Order: sequence, then C-alpha cells, then structure tokens
Amino acid sequence: MLLTCTEVRKTFGDAVVLDGLDLTVDEHEVIALIGASGSGKSTLLRCVNLLTEIDDGTIMLDGEDITDPRVNPDVVRRKIGLVFQSYNLFPHMTVLDNITLAPTKVRQRPAAEAKAQAMEWLDRVGLADKAGSYPDRLSGGQQQRVAIVRALVNSPRLLLLDEVTSALDPELVGEVLTMIRDLKGDGMTMVLATHEMGFARQVADRVAFLDKGRVLEQGPPAQVLGDPVEARTRQFLARIIEAGRL
Amino acid sequence: MSSELHRPSDKQLARIAFRRRKAIRSVLLAALSTAVLGTLFAVLITGAPGWDRVKQSFFRGDIARDSLPAILDGLWLNIRLFVVCAACALALGLLVGVLRTLRGPVFFPVRALATVYTYSLRGLPLIITIYLFAYGIPGLRLQGTPSVTVLGGAAIVITYGAYIAEVLRSGIESVHPSQVAAARSLGLSYRRTMRFVVLPQAVRRAAPPLLNDVVSMQKDVGLISLAGPVDAIRAAQISQAGSYNFTPYIVAGVLFVLLALPLIGITDWVTLRAARRQNAGT
Repeated sequence: MLLTCTEVRKTFGDAVVLDGLDLTVDEHEVIALIGASGSGKSTLLRCVNLLTEIDDGTIMLDGEDITDPRVNPDVVRRKIGLVFQSYNLFPHMTVLDNITLAPTKVRQRPAAEAKAQAMEWLDRVGLADKAGSYPDRLSGGQQQRVAIVRALVNSPRLLLLDEVTSALDPELVGEVLTMIRDLKGDGMTMVLATHEMGFARQVADRVAFLDKGRVLEQGPPAQVLGDPVEARTRQFLARIIEAGRL
Repeated sequence: MSSELHRPSDKQLARIAFRRRKAIRSVLLAALSTAVLGTLFAVLITGAPGWDRVKQSFFRGDIARDSLPAILDGLWLNIRLFVVCAACALALGLLVGVLRTLRGPVFFPVRALATVYTYSLRGLPLIITIYLFAYGIPGLRLQGTPSVTVLGGAAIVITYGAYIAEVLRSGIESVHPSQVAAARSLGLSYRRTMRFVVLPQAVRRAAPPLLNDVVSMQKDVGLISLAGPVDAIRAAQISQAGSYNFTPYIVAGVLFVLLALPLIGITDWVTLRAARRQNAGT
C-alpha cells in the first residue's frame, strides 16, 4: 500500500468534516473521490499533504506514519504532488520559473538541468512555446496543465488532484483530462477529487463515494456509478444525472 | 453529526502530549535565551568604563522630576497638534489619492496638479516646508495671517497628506479591475463604485502602511518647535540647557514611546485582523 488512511478525523469548530475515514491507495492505482460539496474530498487531500493537521487517526505514506508530529512535513511533501482547483500558479513568475522553482530551490538541482527537464515536460504537453509567458496570459486549461507539470517535476510518488477541472470552461476540460489519462499510462499513482463522473468512470481504477466524512461505498467505477449498493450513493448520482453531468 | 462525543484515540492523545511537551520546551528555551541575552546586555552596558558618567548625565531621578511639568506642557501641544493634523492629513490624502486615479482627459489638470503635489511634497524636507510656511507666509504681511502654530501645522498636513495620498492610491490600484467591472455592471456610477466598492477594500488593504504614517506623524508634529512653539522636545532642550544634564531628553523620549504604544497596538491588531479575514478558507 502506498497510502493508508485509518480512522482519519478532522473538525472545523463544530463541523465534523472527516469522521473516521478509511482509505487505501495501492501503487499505480488511480482513485476517484466523488461526493457532494462538503463531503470532505478536498479536506482529505489537504490532510494527506499535511497542509491541514488531522484531529485523530493515522495516515501512512510508503510505510511511514506521516501524522507523527516528529515528521518534517517538508520532507513528506516532496513525495506528494498537489494540484489545486484554481491552479495557484505564481503570477509574478514565468511558466518556466513556476516549474523550476522547487527543483532548484528545494532539490538544489542545477538550473540548466531543471530547465531542460521542465522544457521536456512542456514539450510533451504542447506548451513549450509558453515557457516564457506569465500565467495570466494563458487560458485556464493551459494554466492547469502547467500546474500539473509543476507538481510532476518533483517526481512525486503520489499525485493529488483537487477538482482540477472545476474552474475550467467545458471546451478546456478535455485537454486537462487527456493529460491525466496520459499520466495514468505512465503508472502515476493518483487520488483525484472530481465532479466529472464520466471521466471518473474512464480513468479511475476505483471510485470512492464520500458521505458525511466517511467512505460510504467504493469499488470499480462500473459498479459504484452503474449499480450502487447504498441508497445515499443512488441519491447523489440521481442528482448528478438530473443536472445533466453524467 | 454522528459522533457528538468523540473519544480521542491513544495515538491522538500521544500526539497531543508530544505537542504540549514541545510547546513547553519552546517556552523554556525562549525564556532561557532571553535571560542570557538580557544579562549579556546589562553586563556590557553597566560594565563599560564610562557607565557612571552616562548614568549621571542621562538618568538622574531628581532632574527628571523637575523637568517633567514643562515637558508635559509641551506634550499637550504635541497631542493637540497631532489629532488635528492627522485628521486633516487623512482627509487631504484621501482627496488627492482619489484625484490621482481619475481617468479621462477632462480631469487632466486636476490629475497633473495632484501628481505634482505628491511628487514635490514627498521630496521636500518637512523642516524646509515648516520654515517656508511659518516664516514665509507671515512675511507677505497679509491681513488675517494665522498664528505660527497653525501655519506650522499646515506644513505638516500638506507634507503628510502627500505620503498618505500615495499609500491610498496604491491601495485603490490594488483592488482588482474586476471589482470595478462588477460594480459598473450593476449600474453604479464611477463615484458610487469608488465610495461603496473600491475605497472600502482599498482602505482596509492600506491600513497598515497608513497607520505607519500616522505613528510617524505623531513624532514629527514636534518639528513645529523649529518655528517657535514649545513642544515636548523643545521643553526638554530648554531644561537641558539650564542643567547641562540630558535626563529631560530621556523623559521626553519615554513619554513619546508611551504615546505611540496604543497606536502601534492598533496597527498590529488591524494588520492581523485583515490577514486573518483574507486567509479564511483556502
């Protein structure tokens, strides 16, 4: 198991966001987290990245208890990539500088080497001509692809994607999803919170339905999305279909 | 929610205990390093060869007591001047700051005037401005020329007005254009957009540097003594001239620090609150 979450609990004041959640992720596995707004998908990803401190439970990454207070979060985060819903690129840096920031400043790699690696990735995702541009000059889909590259150049063991297409225009969603599909081909382990049920069905090995801070139901996409066991999963999917999103 | 009474696991209790131990250790370490550094300073200063002389000429209790009434009299002028000048400078700064952001060819002369004003008054040393106002204007021998105190106060107001105008302008320009677009799309005029949407955000964002200018002004109003009126520092100087002892300056300095503390406290509080509000959520 690459990632094991056991009995994870997180509260914000009186609101219990994660209520004893269990989830495991195998190496090379792609897991789609689905569920209503507020079901805890984003919070779980932030907890795994140690951006949010959990209130109880354990998160193991690669056999190491990363929720032990003796663990240095910066070291853990080098193994985990996180991509945000609204890209969070640094607006005062060019695309290339955004990508090479961590490799040069955190990993102390020579600038030329980091640049070569960044250009290789940009070439692969068709954005080589944007290397010198500033993020605000790019479309949302281009920015999100740069953000994914920025996470990937650190060679993470695990990539967390937090509703990465939610802020995009429909015609730009495809280019980001294609990129994620390519990463699955590379064998990248990914946990993605998503509202794109169709995409979850295509790319995920397993779909986990979060409800009230727990994984209520999980399994192969065809089963969870096509023939859910739990009544609440059925209700959730019915609402999605009603909204024309499946 | 399902578990109203969550009982922390042993693991969580161990984590809480570990963090508490770490917090206690941090506090002890801070106390220790402060004590060591404090002792070091004390030994360094009181052990210096000239310490006895310095103590005699800067820290004499009897002279401090004797000079205090006159210095307090002077300080009262500082306080009155500060309150009036701060209010006027903020109003002037707001006006000029807004004028500088006006667009359109009709406003060119106003904009140009406001720009020339902020550029020249920020460059001109306050002391020279005070001399020009306090000695130059009475020199014109016009009817109804106000007192030197008022003229000196005006010099301070126009100097600080220029600083404040620039701080507010930077605040106004830091408000994202989409906010103006949203307000205008609702049918608000430029003036109403400024009043209800842009300025509230701009002032909140510019509050820390703004209060910085106000704190700085609190000290600078004393420069009016160059034109004659006796403020706290001048009172201390007069006292020093009589006793050849520098203790009155220390007294005035302590009073100024005490006067600035509440303002500095407010500055920190406003800064913190703004940061907390803006970082809520993500």
